[in-house]
Amino acid sequence: MKRAMGVINLINEIDFLEVLSRNRCVAAVPFGGRYRLIDFILSGMVNSGMSKVAVFTHSKYRALMDHLGSGKEWDLDRKRGGLFVLPPNTEEHDEKAKGDLYQFYCQRDYFHRSKQDVVVITRSHMVCNIDLEPAIQAHLDGDSDITMVYKHTADETLSRNRRIRMDETGRVVEMQDHNGRLVSDHVSMEIFIMTKAFLLDLVETSLAQGYDHFFRDAIMKNMQQLKIGSYEYTGYLGIINTVQSYYHHSMNLLIPEVRRELFYKNGLIYTKIKDEPPARYLQGSSIQNSLVANGCIVEGTVENCILFRGVKIKAGSAVRNSIILQNNEIYSGASITNAILDKDVKVLEGKVLQGDPTAPFLAVKRSIIGQ
Amino acid sequence: MQKKECVAMLLAGGEGRRLGALTEQIAKPAVHFGGKYRIIDFTLSNCTNSGIDAVGVLTQYQPLVLNSYIGIGSPWDLDRKEGGVSVLPPYMKSAGGDWYTGTANAIYQNIGFVEQFDPDYLLVISGDHIYKMDYDWMLQAHKENNADASIAVVEVPWEETSRFGIMRTDEDGRIIEFAEKPKNATSNLASMGVYMFTWSVLKEYLMNDAADPKSSNDFGKDIIPKLLSDNANLMAYRYEGYWKDVGTIHSLWEANMDLLQEKPSLNLNDHGWRIYSQNPNQPPQYIAPTAELSNSLVNEGCEVAGRVDHSVLFYGVQVAEESHIVDSVIMPNVKIGRGAVIHRAIVGEGTVIGDGCHIGSVDGEITLIPGGKTIS
Repeated sequence: MKRAMGVINLINEIDFLEVLSRNRCVAAVPFGGRYRLIDFILSGMVNSGMSKVAVFTHSKYRALMDHLGSGKEWDLDRKRGGLFVLPPNTEEHDEKAKGDLYQFYCQRDYFHRSKQDVVVITRSHMVCNIDLEPAIQAHLDGDSDITMVYKHTADETLSRNRRIRMDETGRVVEMQDHNGRLVSDHVSMEIFIMTKAFLLDLVETSLAQGYDHFFRDAIMKNMQQLKIGSYEYTGYLGIINTVQSYYHHSMNLLIPEVRRELFYKNGLIYTKIKDEPPARYLQGSSIQNSLVANGCIVEGTVENCILFRGVKIKAGSAVRNSIILQNNEIYSGASITNAILDKDVKVLEGKVLQGDPTAPFLAVKRSIIGQ
Repeated sequence: MQKKECVAMLLAGGEGRRLGALTEQIAKPAVHFGGKYRIIDFTLSNCTNSGIDAVGVLTQYQPLVLNSYIGIGSPWDLDRKEGGVSVLPPYMKSAGGDWYTGTANAIYQNIGFVEQFDPDYLLVISGDHIYKMDYDWMLQAHKENNADASIAVVEVPWEETSRFGIMRTDEDGRIIEFAEKPKNATSNLASMGVYMFTWSVLKEYLMNDAADPKSSNDFGKDIIPKLLSDNANLMAYRYEGYWKDVGTIHSLWEANMDLLQEKPSLNLNDHGWRIYSQNPNQPPQYIAPTAELSNSLVNEGCEVAGRVDHSVLFYGVQVAEESHIVDSVIMPNVKIGRGAVIHRAIVGEGTVIGDGCHIGSVDGEITLIPGGKTIS
């Protein structure tokens, strides 16, 4: 859809990812063996024919900038349009604390200069493979001011999310914040489609009233006056903003149907390339029901795991039900169960790490365990 | 165009007839190797890792796949403002045009391309060898020796000398004798097909060679012997490390198997010398509960539910339950059916091996299954 531009809004994303987001924003949290969370929605936009995407960053975005680069991997290194990373464009420090509406306002020139007339605003922590084109078309065909994308699911009990309720015409009539008590199986995917003119008007009027939160103020407070339509997404969805939902949806990747939906259905998921060689399985290795990225060297035992790029599992070690991020080294005799180990962790000889599926053992980036 | 001290010309026109069905549709340098690479990735990565950023790739035979694979060179970081990678097929001139009649002729026809960069040295390499080499060290040695030409040489087993161009050197490393595929070799130093020339010298020899109707316009057969007989300063550059000419099905299979040694002599996991290639953007590989893997290389996008021993799996390969793959090379997007057994085989891209098929034998010749077939 050429007439639509994408906005990935990272300002005040709900974040209970603990050590995984200590030094990186949610968008840059590694997921699925070789991706970062932002890859899913960003690839979805590109696969839906959008060629201009702005990422509104707020804090801890060094890793994200490194990951996105010029946008080449997503085919967004364009002369006109392409990828724009927009950090807070403010003078005073306290202006940075203002909400996303204020940041949109500060970047209003960016919107004005774009030739696209439809805007799709999303978050980065929705792991999905979505074709946005029919959703945008549905918005254009209808008479809603805003169209919200939602998913009907009973599976999102571990993440923080927003429930919504619609009337029989599909108009959203009730919505609650993350801590609300609304009982509904309709979960907002935090994807909002509207015309650019409408967005800019909404931004100015809300700010004029002293409000600066896009969802809480501009949308929720105006629910009665605005006509908010809905569009149902039926593919796989993982809302990743708590350690428990991260663990749960990572392990779901071991289910063939989930992988087919997420990695192939509406197009491939693109990510930064590391040029690692194929994974090596040595004599004596034993590996079962696991997702393995390139550059790994497996000599030990691996069961029900996600191994990111460049992980080394030495002979005589055993890793089970765990998520092992990039360049980890697990030395011989170590035993790891129900854990999430961040990048560059070393687990030394004979060390035993035991977590619980509801409270996985967490290791901070670059830690050395066993001394 | 900005001056470059050294420009590389990569000979990639080879037909690779001895690779049979693998090179029916593609040139030899485009043949898949090592689970995710094509053969040409090694020389292109060597160039970029050696700091050479102007590379001409001379193509002739079945260039379609190779051309689109190389593209503008971004996987190898060769998409540059000045130089970078240029694909150079034979072209028409006002006085007619010609195929490349030999390796030297290919360079001769592209003197104009080389001269744009006004180089002092020209590196001539071949796109069908597998090795990791820092050409900059060779250039430094070439300069120190004040050589007209330097030829990289590697020691080969004496019994194999009759397959190579063999150099005999004096104690200073100066080449005093050169014999193409000799029956009774006097040395076991084989030419690796890597030549560093002082450009002004080579240019003159290329012009003279082109004017000689009796010449076969080949580096090994004409240019090097001529330099030698003219007593030019011809130096050998000793290379120690893994080098392999993958000219035959057997040597291609063997080179893949070399990667499966416990400590492979060709280390692909060396972050200081990465081998770059086009990325097919596949998700991580999935190893199912029924899988058994040992001594194998497996690429992204694979789904393995069977048993894989001592084999190389390229991207997107699916291995069904109860199947068994031994000592084999399985190229991209091959599907292997339930209960299939494969021994000592190379299976070409996109082929489907039906349930219960038996392919290859435990010893003897390597079995080649061409790409795009359905075997039942």
